[in-house]
Amino acid sequence: MRADRFQKQPARWWSSLIWPLTGLALLLLFNLFFTKGFFHLEIRDGHLYGSLVDIINRGAPVMILALGMTLVIATGGVDLSVGAVMAIAGTVAAELINNPKVPFPAVILAALAVAVAAGCWNGLLVTLFRVQPLVATLVLMVGGRGVAQLITNGQQIYFEDPRLVFVGNGHLLGLPFPALLSLGMLLLTAVLTRKTAIGLFIESVGDNQTASAFAGVNARTVKFLVYTFSGLCAGLAGLIDTSNIKSVDANKIGLSLELDAILAVVVGGTALTGGRFYLVGAIVGALFIRTLTTTMYALNVKSDVAPVPKALAIIAVCLLQSPAFRRRVAGWWAARKS
Amino acid sequence: MTLEASASLLEIRGLSKSFPGVKALEGVDFTVRRGEVHALMGENGAGKSTLIKVLTGVYPRDGGTFRLDGVAIAPRSTKDAESVGISTVYQEVNLIPHLSVAENICLGRQPMRWGMIDWRAMARRAEAALARVDLKLDVHQPLASHSIAIQQLTALARALDVEAKLLILDEPTSSLDAKEVEELFQVLRKLRAQGMGIVIVTHFLDQVYAIADRITVLRDGRLVGEYETAKLPRVELVSRMVGRELTKMKAVERGTEAARHAPAPEVLLELRQFGRPGSIAPLDLTVGQGEVVGLAGLLGSGRTETARIIFGIDRARSGEMWLGGKKTAFRSPRHAIQEGLAFTPENRKVEGVIPHLSVRENIILALQARAGLLRPISRKRQGEIADEFIKLLGISTPGPEQAVMNLSGGNQQKVLLARWLAMQPRLLILDEPTRGIDVGAKAEIEKLVQSLREKGMAILFISSELEEVVRGCQRVVVLRDRAKVGELAGDAISEEAILHTIAGSSHAR
Repeated sequence: MRADRFQKQPARWWSSLIWPLTGLALLLLFNLFFTKGFFHLEIRDGHLYGSLVDIINRGAPVMILALGMTLVIATGGVDLSVGAVMAIAGTVAAELINNPKVPFPAVILAALAVAVAAGCWNGLLVTLFRVQPLVATLVLMVGGRGVAQLITNGQQIYFEDPRLVFVGNGHLLGLPFPALLSLGMLLLTAVLTRKTAIGLFIESVGDNQTASAFAGVNARTVKFLVYTFSGLCAGLAGLIDTSNIKSVDANKIGLSLELDAILAVVVGGTALTGGRFYLVGAIVGALFIRTLTTTMYALNVKSDVAPVPKALAIIAVCLLQSPAFRRRVAGWWAARKS
Repeated sequence: MTLEASASLLEIRGLSKSFPGVKALEGVDFTVRRGEVHALMGENGAGKSTLIKVLTGVYPRDGGTFRLDGVAIAPRSTKDAESVGISTVYQEVNLIPHLSVAENICLGRQPMRWGMIDWRAMARRAEAALARVDLKLDVHQPLASHSIAIQQLTALARALDVEAKLLILDEPTSSLDAKEVEELFQVLRKLRAQGMGIVIVTHFLDQVYAIADRITVLRDGRLVGEYETAKLPRVELVSRMVGRELTKMKAVERGTEAARHAPAPEVLLELRQFGRPGSIAPLDLTVGQGEVVGLAGLLGSGRTETARIIFGIDRARSGEMWLGGKKTAFRSPRHAIQEGLAFTPENRKVEGVIPHLSVRENIILALQARAGLLRPISRKRQGEIADEFIKLLGISTPGPEQAVMNLSGGNQQKVLLARWLAMQPRLLILDEPTRGIDVGAKAEIEKLVQSLREKGMAILFISSELEEVVRGCQRVVVLRDRAKVGELAGDAISEEAILHTIAGSSHAR
């Protein structure tokens, strides 16, 4: 009818990935020139090794956290408790694995179940009691480590059980197990959100909660589910992290990782105000953050100053994502040319 | 010719501006002379606001030239625009209520003395600016302590404080009463006499004919023409703004006429002393199948509140609701939707559209919400539904995947209607379905309501435009001060009759 008033077709889904991928590519390019052997891959004992593999391997906890966090943020909330939930899940696993009477699957299930329960708790606070997400999850962020301390009696727990050690250190088909786990979680999350209607509901609730309610969407169920799922992700991440170092210290597991996860989500293109979410973007974001950390190590940047270049790189990617910033740069460019 | 050229203060040539997916302005010319009041007219979405925002540097332009006093200008912000002599008073009074009148007038350009604000000079300057709009106030009082009309004049004074050559007023009268409008016009006439060019954007035709010397009409982002007010009869003006929609409205009128004389329909919804303290006093109301019942009344008379308790957004505290012969009461919109109700809210932006989601997702949202989490509608089926309604309602969009926020108001409203029509509801509640949309879309929506009636849907039609209510409804329930004060049916329905009922007791006295 008045089709001539429109031009551009709407963006495709992968267009949201362009900027986080650009950031990651630039970072890799930097390493290509300045870090020796960064792209070196080799197969030892049938297992793939190298810095790149290491990034994916060590980045697994944040990748998995970021998946849950993406959904929470898409509803307009945030989950600050994931680091603490990692600690709880880790301590539960470590505590039970040293008890010979508990079969291994029960150990894993118990750790995950506790994490899911923590997620439910957050979900209840947010939906039933209408506590602001920031406050609701802050409760567990602060209190959760105390709970973990209670479980361990304030002791550091070590374990040797090869099955639990495998979770964070094993290889399957030549690939590190944590990397496979994150890939699996990505697929699971994508299928869960896109093959049921929950993805649509999450986005609609995050974009306009009142309008969604008027259209009959049950925001409470949706929110409860995303916090619960975030709890599950945190539990899994906690298992990987604990297994990785074969011990658990309730004060250290997952410390500050909630912030890395939030950053990964934002770098990945999901807005903190909620609405559209990008799972693959969050994974790319998590990889970006991990690559940064690895680069810092490789360049021998002291760990107490490392946050500064890290912050700068993250700001750069966030600016790349900002349409307002890109327009301004394009403006300067045009002005300089003419 | 030469005389006219020298008399022109502002010349816009070939102005173009696009937003993602929409060409808001295309090759628009616009000329304002010195010492004239020029009305910029057009339906919503015609491009008036965009033109003003581009001119005052709020948006960058894509193409075209601006000349002010013969000099090419390119303002990049409102401040830029002010510095070259273009001042704007926006629709909503955008001043800061808790600051004083003087601070509001001088904000951003306060007189300074030794690096600090010179409060006395500021007060003097504010008083001088207010004098230009014939206003004498204590400039130290907070702005909020004054009426909206005074605030509007303060905004005008602020605009005049910057040596303005061109003054732009965007819907300046929408919150003023008749006397206040006349006061504003007095001021405008004085400024015109001083040689200022004034652009006024308004929906009120009376006011255009009272104040404007010339009129420029836009439609769909294009220039329709520029006219001398005295030589353009109203009917002509409306038809220029609207295009060719009047015949459609006539058809609606005839359809309603026929329906009013049809036998009484079977009752679908019945309210018996249904109410909620603070929202609406207990009222009786019925809506039949194939019946359009209007809910008329002034703003705040309880129209929306009535809809909200029917739809389960707020819970009724008294009375009963019967739906299809069954007593019900809805706990939530979700519950109401399951029983076949649908509601398009008055505030489309806040309560209606999901802005960043696509047209397709917005259309199938309620359908999917009813089906539940675990029974997703296949992507293919979603596309079919979206395509069907885009075609049926003539939704103007590049495709089903366009984000709804990129559509014009009228098309957003159609998307919402599509969301509910896809549900095949038994009762459709329309709250101000034509607010803020252009006459073309209005006519289409009225026509659609009529065809739904013919298919036997029950419709509760809420509107503050009496014309629309009279044209489309078989029965009209009139509300005043959150209570039902009357009901009109059949031939008794007329704008006058509704107005009298609204005026009610005071009229009788």
